[in-house]
Amino acid sequence: MSRNGPLALAFHAIFVVFILAPIVVVCAVAFTPESYLSLPTKGFSLRWFKAIWNYPEFLRAFRDSLWLAALSSTIAIGLAVPAALAIARYRFLGREAITALFLSPLMIPHVVLGIAFLRFFSQIGLSGSFLGLILSHIIVVLPFALRLVLAASYGIDQRIEHAAISLGANSFVTFRRVTLPLIMPGVVSGWVLAFINSFDEVTMTVFIASPSTTTLPVRLFLYIQDNIDPLVSSVSASLILMTAVVMIVLDRLFGLDRLFLGSAKS
Amino acid sequence: MTANPKLAPLLLSGPALLVFIGLVIAPLVMTALLSFYDWGQYKGIVAEFTVKNWHEVLVDDYYYEIFGRTLRIALFVTLIAVLIGVPEAYILNRMTPRWRGVFLLVVIGPLLISVVARTLGWALLFGSTGLIGQALLTLGLTREPVDLMFTETGVIIALTHVLVPFMVLAVLAALQRLNSDVENAAMSLGAPAFTVWRRVVLPQIIPGVLSGSVIVFALAASAFATPAIIGGRRLKVAATLAYDEFLNTLNWPLGAAIAMILLVALIAIIVGSNRLIERRYAQVFE
Amino acid sequence: MSYLALERLTKAYGSVLAVDALDLTVVRGEFISLLGPSGCGKTTTLQMIAGFVEPTSGRAMLDGTDLFGVRPNKRGLGVVFQSYALFPHVTVAENVAFGLEMRGVPRAEREQRVKQTLDLVGLTGMADRYPRRMSGGQQQRVALARALVIQPAILLLDEPLSNLDAKLREEMQTELRTIQRSVGTTTILVTHDQGEAMALSDRIVIMNKGRVEQIARPDEAYARPASAFVANFLGKTNVLSAKVVNEGNRQVVDMAGFRLPVPNRSLSGAVTVTVRPERIAFVDDPAPGVQGRVHTRVFQGTHWLFHIETELGALIVLRQNDGVAVPSEGENVRLAWGENDLLIATSGAM
Repeated sequence: MSRNGPLALAFHAIFVVFILAPIVVVCAVAFTPESYLSLPTKGFSLRWFKAIWNYPEFLRAFRDSLWLAALSSTIAIGLAVPAALAIARYRFLGREAITALFLSPLMIPHVVLGIAFLRFFSQIGLSGSFLGLILSHIIVVLPFALRLVLAASYGIDQRIEHAAISLGANSFVTFRRVTLPLIMPGVVSGWVLAFINSFDEVTMTVFIASPSTTTLPVRLFLYIQDNIDPLVSSVSASLILMTAVVMIVLDRLFGLDRLFLGSAKS
Repeated sequence: MTANPKLAPLLLSGPALLVFIGLVIAPLVMTALLSFYDWGQYKGIVAEFTVKNWHEVLVDDYYYEIFGRTLRIALFVTLIAVLIGVPEAYILNRMTPRWRGVFLLVVIGPLLISVVARTLGWALLFGSTGLIGQALLTLGLTREPVDLMFTETGVIIALTHVLVPFMVLAVLAALQRLNSDVENAAMSLGAPAFTVWRRVVLPQIIPGVLSGSVIVFALAASAFATPAIIGGRRLKVAATLAYDEFLNTLNWPLGAAIAMILLVALIAIIVGSNRLIERRYAQVFE
Repeated sequence: MSYLALERLTKAYGSVLAVDALDLTVVRGEFISLLGPSGCGKTTTLQMIAGFVEPTSGRAMLDGTDLFGVRPNKRGLGVVFQSYALFPHVTVAENVAFGLEMRGVPRAEREQRVKQTLDLVGLTGMADRYPRRMSGGQQQRVALARALVIQPAILLLDEPLSNLDAKLREEMQTELRTIQRSVGTTTILVTHDQGEAMALSDRIVIMNKGRVEQIARPDEAYARPASAFVANFLGKTNVLSAKVVNEGNRQVVDMAGFRLPVPNRSLSGAVTVTVRPERIAFVDDPAPGVQGRVHTRVFQGTHWLFHIETELGALIVLRQNDGVAVPSEGENVRLAWGENDLLIATSGAM
């Protein structure tokens, strides 16, 4: 860190405190032994973590969130891989327009998407259904999957595929034995980013979730709107701790900056 | 791939295209239509063409105030994000790879944490019994307990916290494209450190700062969870207003009109500023 | 008897003709080079043969069958790419075995043939390495082994040596030639390096702007280039303006007073002539020749390279470094060459 002066380091320290403060506070409050919100000055307690088990709606929402994220990101990646290959490989009419369309959910405010899906699903009889949640989440996470797969697809030397063809491989074999392994890092990191975005999505989901079919962030959001107590802290702290573990694993596997800057490690 | 170059892209992108036509274009068109439908407290939604929702939203002071507040919050959040995010990105970029890795995890990692959990942290800090209020009281900086809950300042602080990682990322990306020899060249020509930064580094990362600003502004203007938790019912912004129309008042056509205004305004701002950035910096950055 | 015959092979991109009615016949076992500057259509030609680019018109007959009627993956041609295009995610052995696998060759035979081919290209014991961990020269050999192991009808080499450094390139040239001779595979090499083309090929196809300029043996093309382009492209040459005049009962070419007899009687007036730099000699003053002054002299190890200012313009002269003293910079010299060293193109600019 020698290249940063003391002033820069002081700024950096304040910045890091600013970033970490609310996260640390959530975790700290969750360990309170009191029945009201307070920083645990009189010893640590796990009572509020144990209390989560008495609220099956949180557990059910957590399970549904995992399923929703897994299904929607898998379907999204299934759609994104061929689309990315088409965009990266071919110059066709409407290529730019299609790319813009596939990336458009990044630009459309999630409130607007939520409203649009609420209206749409109520018209076609899908409101409050798990299927509706999956369909809407596919749309929201597809751009993330597409960007990473696209970066990986642009990165491969097409002559490697030509080599496979010249050695006798047909299109399908070439894809399975050569193309897919080459874009795999992009596919995996795209899936992971899609999963995380689906799991964390709250703004759009709050419009289309129903009390029986909802996600953990939405359940938490609705609970916080009514009252803030140590229980939401312990649920949030659990979420934060899980995310931290995932984060460290991801950083080891892909590098967080690569994941977010939209280019896969090749 | 030996497939027909005319048919292949269509077959490959076809499934995703169908899904997007069915699930993005159709719902948005239906919402746009909905905004022209009539609504009454007792009759509900009536499929009759009317511009009264648009008229109401565009004329009524109540809505003006909310849209104005949304814009003000988004601008402040963007400004603060630039002021603290740009130096932080520069500092991160100058660290040794080892430390940079650690602090990237700290700075960018929160993006992976649910925005509800992050905002809850601020709610805990802000309340009259929260840490910030008590700290200010203890330090004797204030006599009354400061309560930032349900204030614009509170929303701006929390939203900046949620969105500043995007700014750091965008600037960091621009910094990493920089050729460090250029900085050294400026230094060898006799420029002091700050001049190097102002005359050589800054002009090159401006596109990164601008694209980061567009992202932060767009997300701040359409933010929902954070203003809903920190601002509550008392301090509505466009997104929470639309939410209330849909799920509390049940005036869907009016909510749809608000959503459409938000959508059109944001897309105009995003596309417009991206064009501007591209045109202004096209020569410098390919 | 021709083995491969390209008949009026053409590729058009819009109104641009990348390859313009190319005719070429190749006999079995022959080593042919397609030589030319970038954009001359040589790579496009190769890619049409391999099937990666669809031809606009024309035919390609391989041993009596129409090549363009066969899908690219069924053509059975071995291709070595400039970037080697190795499969980075599998080992050397798996790279080489890929083509055999596609042909359903049983495992035992596959392993044996992979081993044989790796031995042939000098990669004994490297079967389990990954391409990324190998040097450029080694990757090159893997690519060659992968193409050769399928016993291709034709071996297509697309600038295979251009990514190697000069010394390694020379080594690989010799080796490539030896391997090609020993397996006897008909080979088409695409290159922009005239030295490489001349060193390796039985015949060279010199291409420019999609058209064939000349097809000839390397020594033939060098000694008797069919056009100014060929003369210039195959090594350095001096291009001079001269005129053909009558001197008594014979025709001579006049180059600023230096006159040499012309064998061809149909010429007259202004012409352009070319002389190779190594054919120009320094002569003593009374002898016929062209007066000049040494502008620069560059030592190149085996040679000296002179830039000499003359009435004919700046000439380049190459002298073997045989220990004999050479003129120094600024010195006045007299240059001469023989009528057999002279190539006379019709007229006009070159």
